[in-house]
Amino acid sequence: MAVPILKQSQYLIATIQSALSDEDLLVLQAALVEKVGKFRSRGVIVDVTALDVLDSFASRTLRDIAHIIRLRGAETVIVGVQPEVAFAMVQLGITLEKVSTALDLEEGLAYLDQKLQHARAAP
Amino acid sequence: MREQHPDVDAEYCVPVASVNDIVTARLQGRALAERLGFSPGEATLVATAISELARNIVQYAGNGDIVLRSTTNGTRRGIVVVARDRGPGISDLKLAVRSGYSTSGGLGLGLPGVRRIVDDFQIVSNRQDGTTVTVTKWRF
Repeated sequence: MAVPILKQSQYLIATIQSALSDEDLLVLQAALVEKVGKFRSRGVIVDVTALDVLDSFASRTLRDIAHIIRLRGAETVIVGVQPEVAFAMVQLGITLEKVSTALDLEEGLAYLDQKLQHARAAP
Repeated sequence: MREQHPDVDAEYCVPVASVNDIVTARLQGRALAERLGFSPGEATLVATAISELARNIVQYAGNGDIVLRSTTNGTRRGIVVVARDRGPGISDLKLAVRSGYSTSGGLGLGLPGVRRIVDDFQIVSNRQDGTTVTVTKWRF
């Protein structure tokens, strides 16, 4: 099932709607990388609120997305990791190292706004 | 007295031959765990374990099955997940269940990770019969 990607000013918002297969995740990765260039986006939010499982593959793909997007010059923030999912990830030994996360979409947008302001303010 | 669903004691076999079947297997596993009265957190652990086991089947053997059934120990209820394939087998079992080990370029969390999130973990693997991983998770 395809993940809709919404363009909102300088950000892209991908809202995962249901359980995703490995292929869906890779399609999402390719689509985000392409759209960041097309829309000259500065930030990407991936909303995983609807995901009931973040296993090793999904976590690795999200981490890859964040790193690839950073190489394309934009910031990624993963929002909406559910409490049970977070618990299971820690038990499994998964860390989303060097990937920004936020509680929900609102916090994710605030994070990106702040991050970009800092980037502009820097000499 | 909790009313018993007629299908709680049934056995479910989910054939796993492609990455799409991984999602099917874990949704079935979560559904059974919830029917058995597992909390959302425990059901998520079960679903996550199934996801890892099913992915191993697709990745290393091509196809196999995930079998789900309930189990009891006195008054305790649990769920048994059997992941079996007729693939090439695992040449070094000790290494495969060691944390951080991976032959597929993954995170190396597969089997050691699953072992951490379940209560009982058994693995049998050889060249003739393939690999069978049996895990049990008890309701808290």
